[in-house]
Amino acid sequence: MDPMIRLILAQGMLGLNNGVFYAMLSLGLAVIFGLLNVVNFAHGALYMLGAFLALILYSYLGTWIGMADLHIGFWPTLILAPILVACFGMLIERFLLRRLYKLDPIYSLLLTFGVTLVLQGVFINFFNASGTPYPGMPESLKGVTNLGFMMFPKYRLFVIVFSIIVCLAVWFMIERTRIGARLRAGTENPELVKAFGINVPLMVMLTFGFGTGLAGLAGVLAAPIYSVSPLMGANLIIVIFAVVVIGGMGSIMGAVVTGFALGLVEGVTKVFYAPAANTVIFLLMVIVLLVRPSGLFGRQG
Amino acid sequence: MSTATMTKPMLKIENLHAWYGESHVLHGIDLELGEGQLITLLGRNGAGRSTTLRAIMGMVDRREGSIRINGEEFLTKPPHRISPEGRIGYCPEERGIFASLNVEENLMLPPDVGEGGMSVEELFEMFPNLANVRKRMGTRLSGGEQQMLAIARILRTGSRLLLLDEITEGLAPVIVKTLGRVIRDLKSRGYTIVLVEQNFRFAAPLADRHYVIEHGKVVDVIEHDQVETSMDRLNHYLSV
Repeated sequence: MDPMIRLILAQGMLGLNNGVFYAMLSLGLAVIFGLLNVVNFAHGALYMLGAFLALILYSYLGTWIGMADLHIGFWPTLILAPILVACFGMLIERFLLRRLYKLDPIYSLLLTFGVTLVLQGVFINFFNASGTPYPGMPESLKGVTNLGFMMFPKYRLFVIVFSIIVCLAVWFMIERTRIGARLRAGTENPELVKAFGINVPLMVMLTFGFGTGLAGLAGVLAAPIYSVSPLMGANLIIVIFAVVVIGGMGSIMGAVVTGFALGLVEGVTKVFYAPAANTVIFLLMVIVLLVRPSGLFGRQG
Repeated sequence: MSTATMTKPMLKIENLHAWYGESHVLHGIDLELGEGQLITLLGRNGAGRSTTLRAIMGMVDRREGSIRINGEEFLTKPPHRISPEGRIGYCPEERGIFASLNVEENLMLPPDVGEGGMSVEELFEMFPNLANVRKRMGTRLSGGEQQMLAIARILRTGSRLLLLDEITEGLAPVIVKTLGRVIRDLKSRGYTIVLVEQNFRFAAPLADRHYVIEHGKVVDVIEHDQVETSMDRLNHYLSV
């Protein structure tokens, strides 16, 4: 195979691997923004929380409760941590965000930004600010696999496939099921949905929990790849907002497709001019804002 | 049936006040209707007819007074419990069809509020036009299709008290005629109905009683058998 093509494919795969996290996080943001009209600035911090829960469940919890041999592994964590993050998210919604719905959206943005700072502060205080590796990667996903054009870590391949399935499942649930229909209706006209006898405040709380749970899930998936650090979400959230702007705020498909695509674009850019890889997304954002201000998948007008 | 012979009203509203933010829209509405009756709320635009329905559904910022359904006070209930506990079906002004839902999804959206709702097949029989567009998105329906869907949607749930807001507005005469037939059919099936209607000719033959609303208050009540002798008064109220 031509070395250039090989290089592009390889960087593309690595880019896709980053795109996974862009897609899952912007998907959660889109779901939340759609129903709540809240720009959840804490999304990055909740992703970080998911990763830290994975680390804590494996490395620290046993010692804390006096059972040094207890290491809750990756697979149970993959279910447990997102649920815990979702519960945390629902508490934020129920006791903090709910008080702000009647005010200007800037207040909920400020609140979630504040939540971010608190979470980061807490974890910097109790853990290493520079990052801790997650030792709990399952044996079955260690090692590499031959993709024909490159040797690719098995775990990363698992993350890509798993995330695509999760994103498709979420899309299906929202666009094709009765629960999803309620969510879409609530996005359009919550007052009327309430008048039909649907408990919208409960739906809002569960939706916020679901969106934040997705961030927690992404965090768990990220733990074995990146080192777990209090600022891992802060670095990511800026890119995520760019993804959401490019895809179009509130569009489910837009968030997923744009997330994966921009990861790919970022990866492939590395082949041609590596220093531009970090800025290419923002360049695209500027272009999209000039040409289609409501985003590639957003409703115009 | 006249007011005097009604022993137990199904819906009884007393001294209802309502606000949107700081603006005081209803100034003490009083009305009642018995099971199986049909009343209309007449009046000019902005008189407070739609707001009366919205206030019943809890869709205003603040309410005072009393709204009793089968004797139970509904004023203090949270909005999402009003429809199920009162078995109320609400068909809003502008129809309230969800653009991002298709016909079937719109139809299935409201949860059941009681026994005896019409089946989907029955509804498609009642509104044959809808059967052909089951998978079409809400945005792509004609005004008439939207209106039929909005009515079908609340008949599916088992609602017994129907609040219908301006259902003939902007529709072709042939569709208005169909709707008239539907309303008469519903009445004969024992539904209790409140119609907010601009089109008096549509409403007159259907209603047991007309409430004329001006400036957020009921200013006149005209029974069905008094309509002919009250035409001058009615024309005065309804003239723009």
